[in-house]
Amino acid sequence: MVSRTFYIGCVKILLHDRNEGAVSYEEKGTWVYLVTSAGAYFVYLAIILGRLASAPAAQVPYVAVLVWTAGASIVASIVGQVLVETARPSDSRRADVRDREIYRFGEYASRWFLVAGAAAALVMAMAKADYFWIANVIYLGFVLWAVGGSVLKLVAYRRGL
Amino acid sequence: MSKPTRITNSIRALRFARGEMTQAGLAQRIGVTRQTIIAIEQGRYSPSLEVAFQIAQVFKVPLDEVFQYPGDAP
Repeated sequence: MVSRTFYIGCVKILLHDRNEGAVSYEEKGTWVYLVTSAGAYFVYLAIILGRLASAPAAQVPYVAVLVWTAGASIVASIVGQVLVETARPSDSRRADVRDREIYRFGEYASRWFLVAGAAAALVMAMAKADYFWIANVIYLGFVLWAVGGSVLKLVAYRRGL
Repeated sequence: MSKPTRITNSIRALRFARGEMTQAGLAQRIGVTRQTIIAIEQGRYSPSLEVAFQIAQVFKVPLDEVFQYPGDAP
């Protein structure tokens, strides 16, 4: 279902937006945020998994990669939204009552990813797990919160609240 | 796929009856995006009571001429 929604959204943005105007400024922003958040995390995972293959977790240098990919994700989402808006300008850039309801719904429903990440990190800290794993479970919680929230918002935009 | 709301509406018909008012025109008059008007017309979004009254006011008709709910008394 998610991949179908993703495909429909991409096609709407790339091909039909100019004619149908069915994708609002806020929805386009959510698509960009989803792609950049997930993309940055996949880059992080690819680098870290490569390093994990040749060294134990406690010795894997992850901090710089984590900070850079998280920072790049934020910059890419801003640049991405500017590019999408340049290519497919929206009628209005102001969020309306529906945008705000969908935003609140997505944030409310996806907060459990953050809670789960924090709870898992707490348990791991009490169990004296390595900093590498604690940091990574928190980062995963943030990524799932961003990705999950975006997916829920996009489903609400496409299928209704 | 079932629609998320059982509320139906006559906005499309009312727009055409009022000189083919565009979705963008209606959206501008009530302060929402065109995509929200599209979602309301397609039954994918139930507007707030305030937005519902604003839409009825634009068309100068009672609320129940714009929005209907199954089981509404005639």
